[in-house]
Amino acid sequence: MRGVISAAGYVPYHRLDRSEIAAFFGSGGGTGTRAVASYDEDTTTMGQAVADLALRPTAVEPEALWFATSAPAYLEKTNAAAIHAALRLDPAVSALDFGGAVRSGIGALRAALAGSGRTLVVAADTRDGLPTGSDEASAGDGAAALLVGDDSDGPVLAEYLGGACRTLEITERWRTPGGDRSRTWEERFGAHVLGPAALEAWQVALNDSGLNSTADIDRLAVTGLNSRAVASALKAMGAEPGSLVDPLIATVGNTATAHPALLLSSALEHAGPGETIAVVALADGVEAIVLRVTEAIADHRPAAPIAGQIGQGGSLSYGRFLAWRNIVTVEPPNRPAPARPSSSAANRRTDWKYGFTGSRDRSSEMVHLPPARVSEKGGAADDMEPAPMAHTSGTVASFTVDRLAYSPSPPTVFAVVDFDGDGRVPLELTDVNADEVHIGMRVVPTFRRLYTADDIHNYFWKARPRRDGTPGGPPPGDSL
Amino acid sequence: MSSHGITDRVAVIGMGCTPFAEHWDASLDDLIIDAAHAAYRSGGIAQDDIDAFWFGTSQSAASGLGMAGPLKIQGKPVTRVENYCATGSEALRQACYAVASGAYDTAMALGAEKVKDGGYQGLNAFPIPADGTQRTLTAAAMFSLMLPAYADRYGVDRDELRYVAARIASKNHHNGARNPLAQFRREMPAERICEMPAVAGMLSVFDCAGVADGAAAAIVCRASDAHRWCADPLYVKGLSVVTGTGAGSLDPDYDYTTMPECAQAAADAYAQAGVTDPRSQLALAEVHDCFTPTELVLMEDLGFSPRGTAWRDALDGVFDLDGELPVNTDGGLKSFGHPVGASGLRMLYEVWLQLRGEAPGDRRIPETDRTLGLTHNLGGYPGEIVSFVGVFGTKKER
Repeated sequence: MRGVISAAGYVPYHRLDRSEIAAFFGSGGGTGTRAVASYDEDTTTMGQAVADLALRPTAVEPEALWFATSAPAYLEKTNAAAIHAALRLDPAVSALDFGGAVRSGIGALRAALAGSGRTLVVAADTRDGLPTGSDEASAGDGAAALLVGDDSDGPVLAEYLGGACRTLEITERWRTPGGDRSRTWEERFGAHVLGPAALEAWQVALNDSGLNSTADIDRLAVTGLNSRAVASALKAMGAEPGSLVDPLIATVGNTATAHPALLLSSALEHAGPGETIAVVALADGVEAIVLRVTEAIADHRPAAPIAGQIGQGGSLSYGRFLAWRNIVTVEPPNRPAPARPSSSAANRRTDWKYGFTGSRDRSSEMVHLPPARVSEKGGAADDMEPAPMAHTSGTVASFTVDRLAYSPSPPTVFAVVDFDGDGRVPLELTDVNADEVHIGMRVVPTFRRLYTADDIHNYFWKARPRRDGTPGGPPPGDSL
Repeated sequence: MSSHGITDRVAVIGMGCTPFAEHWDASLDDLIIDAAHAAYRSGGIAQDDIDAFWFGTSQSAASGLGMAGPLKIQGKPVTRVENYCATGSEALRQACYAVASGAYDTAMALGAEKVKDGGYQGLNAFPIPADGTQRTLTAAAMFSLMLPAYADRYGVDRDELRYVAARIASKNHHNGARNPLAQFRREMPAERICEMPAVAGMLSVFDCAGVADGAAAAIVCRASDAHRWCADPLYVKGLSVVTGTGAGSLDPDYDYTTMPECAQAAADAYAQAGVTDPRSQLALAEVHDCFTPTELVLMEDLGFSPRGTAWRDALDGVFDLDGELPVNTDGGLKSFGHPVGASGLRMLYEVWLQLRGEAPGDRRIPETDRTLGLTHNLGGYPGEIVSFVGVFGTKKER
C-alpha cells in the first residue's frame, strides 16, 4: 500500500481583513480574511515550517524533498536545498524544485503518489495582486507538506487509490518572471475549457481508483484559481455539497500552488477510517487524485492543526500589507542597510545558520549558541556534540524594541531567549505585537528571511510567541 | 592571575582635547593636529621629545599612518590600537606600559574619531564579512535591555526607574552645560526627558550619548622625570582592562543587571592603586555613560553603591556635581559627546583638569582631601564587554 504517511498545513500568522481594501480604495476587497506571509517569510521559509510540521509526528525519514512554488525565492539556485538544510536532512536526501507553475504543486504530489520511495512533497505560495484586483481579494499565503511512502516505511494515513490528468496548452492565466502580477484571459473562457477537462480527468481517476461515481467520495476538494471553472467542474462532476471540503477561501485565501495539498491536509485532520478523499486541481488542465483513509488516521496527531492555526491569527493593517508587498514604499530608518552575508562563512556554519544547531560541551554540558570549539565553562577544547535547538521552546529573559535599527519592517522587537534545558541566544522576535512581549514570555524558534542584500536572501532563525494558551495546558493550535 | 600594575611609575605631563561636536568643517587630520598640539603646549614639550605614539581610533583610520602623516612624526613608532569604545583608554594603557617598561622615556596616546562623515545618525559598525546570523541591533537597544532586568531584579517600579535614568542624563547635561568643549551645552530637566518618545526599549534619544567628532591626547613620561616637564603631574595609580568572552549572550545565569567585566577591571585597578572604598576615596569618577542605564549599573559595578541601591543614590544626588562622589563632571558621553576612539582620553582630560584645579569654577568639584580620580571606559554590549578602569592621583607615594 502506498499513500500519505504524514500531512501538515502552514497558515502564516497575519490576517488581512478584506473589507479594509474597499475602505481604503473605495472598491475591491470583499469579505473574510486572507492569510499574509510576514515580511520575513517567503515560500522557502513557509516551506520549511510546514515540512517541519509534517516530519515532527513521524519517525519516517524522507529520501527526497520536492518543493513546488510559483513564487520561488531564487531562480537557478535550488530553494529546496535551504529547506533541506533547515530540516537538517542527510546530504544523501535529494532536494528538488518544481518551479514556476501553479500546477507544479498538485503535479509533484501525484508524481510522488504514483512513484516510489519516501518523498516529502512541499508546496508553498505567496500570492500577490495589484490593489483592488480579484487576486488580491481571493488569494492567500500558505504552505502544505505531505510525506508520501509505502506501508513498509511506516503507517499510511491515506492510501492512494488512483489519479488522472488532462494537460492543456491554454493561456488563461500567466505571469512572466519578475512580473508583479498575474494576468488572466476572460474568466468564462477558462471555465469553458477547464470544466469539461475536469470531468474527463475525473472519470478516468474514478475508474483508476476502482470507484463508480462522485457519490463514492466522502470528502471532495476541487480547487483552482479560476473560480468560474471550479464551479463549472463541480457541476459537471455532480458533486454533493455536503461532501465538499472547506475551500478555506474565507479564512486563508487561495494559496494556489499549495492549495490542493493544503486542502488534502485539512481533510485528513477531519477524516475517519475508510473515508474517501479526492482532490481535483484545475491549472493548465487538470490533476486529480483519490485516496482512502486508513485505520492509522486514528493516531494522526498534527503538530499544529490547520484549524487551530486559522483560529489564532493576528490582524494586519492594509497599509502594512501594502508595504510588506512592496506595493508602497515606506521611509526606512536612516541607517545603513546590512551587508550581504558571506557565502563561504555561511557555508562553514550551515548547521547553525539553517539548522539552528549549537554545541553542547560534554564535560560541563553547557550549550553554546552559536556552536563553539572551546567551552565557556571549564575551557574544554574540541569536546562538543551538536545541540539542535529548532524544536526547543524558550523563555524571554529580557527584551527591547529597537526603533533605530535597520529592519525591513520597523521596529525590531528583540529578546534574550533562554531555552529549556540550557542555552541562551539573543534573537529577534517575529509574529509578535511589541506590546505583548514580557519577561517570562514563552517563545519557539522559527526559520525566517532576515533581509536581502545583493539579491542574497539572508536566512536565519528568529523566535515567535508560543501561542498555546496556558503553560502546560492543552494546545489549541500550537503544540510546538 | 598576577596583575602587578605600574603604580607611580608613569606620570601624565600634558593633555589636550578638542571640542567634541559635529565638526562638519574639520577633518580627522585637523582634529588629530589640534589635540596633539594642545597636549604639546600643555606639557611644554615638543613633538621631537616624544619617543613613541599610540593612536586610538575605532573606525576612522586603519594604521599608525593615520596619525604619523598629519603630524609629520618622523622616524618614530606610531601604532594604531582598537578596542571598541574603550579604544582611547587602550592607547593610553599601551603608552604607559611602554614608558614603564623602560623602552621609552616619553610617549603619547592620542584618540580621535570622525563619525559624522558617514551620512547616518548614530554610530555604525564597519561590516566584517560574516555568516549573516549576527545581531543587527543598535547599541541603544542592547543597553536598553538592562532597565527592565534591573527593575525586575530589585523590585523597582519601571516608571520610577525610567525617571532615574532620565535624572542621570539630566545631571550630565547640567555638567556639560558648564563645559565649553561639550557637544550639548543645554540643561535638560528629567521630566522632559521622560516625556520624549522611546527609540529603544524605554530609552529616548536623550538617554543616548551624543554622537560627535573629536580628539584627545595625553603625554606620559617616567614618573621620576615628570617635574622636568610639569609642576603638577598626574600619576598613574592603576590601569586595568578586562575583556569578556561574550558569556552573557550564552549563559542563562547572566541577568543584565551588571557588567561583570567592569567589576573585574575595577577590582584589579583598585588593588593596584590601593583603593579600598572608592566612594569615599575618589574625588571624582568619569564613567562610560553611553546610555543612561549604563551609568546606573556602573555605580554598582564600580563599587560606588551596594547592589540594588544605585537608583536610590542617583535620585538622592550622590553623583551630582556637588554630591558625595561627583560622576561625569564634564558632562560625560551624554553631554560631552562620544567620538569613539577619543572618549577614554577625554575622561582623563577631565580628571587632569579637576584634580589639578584647572576646571572652570562653575563645574569644579567640592574641595576635599581626596587626591584620586577614576576613568572607566567600555566597549561592547551588556554580556560582551571590554572594560577599562584607570585610577590617577596627584600624589606620588612610591
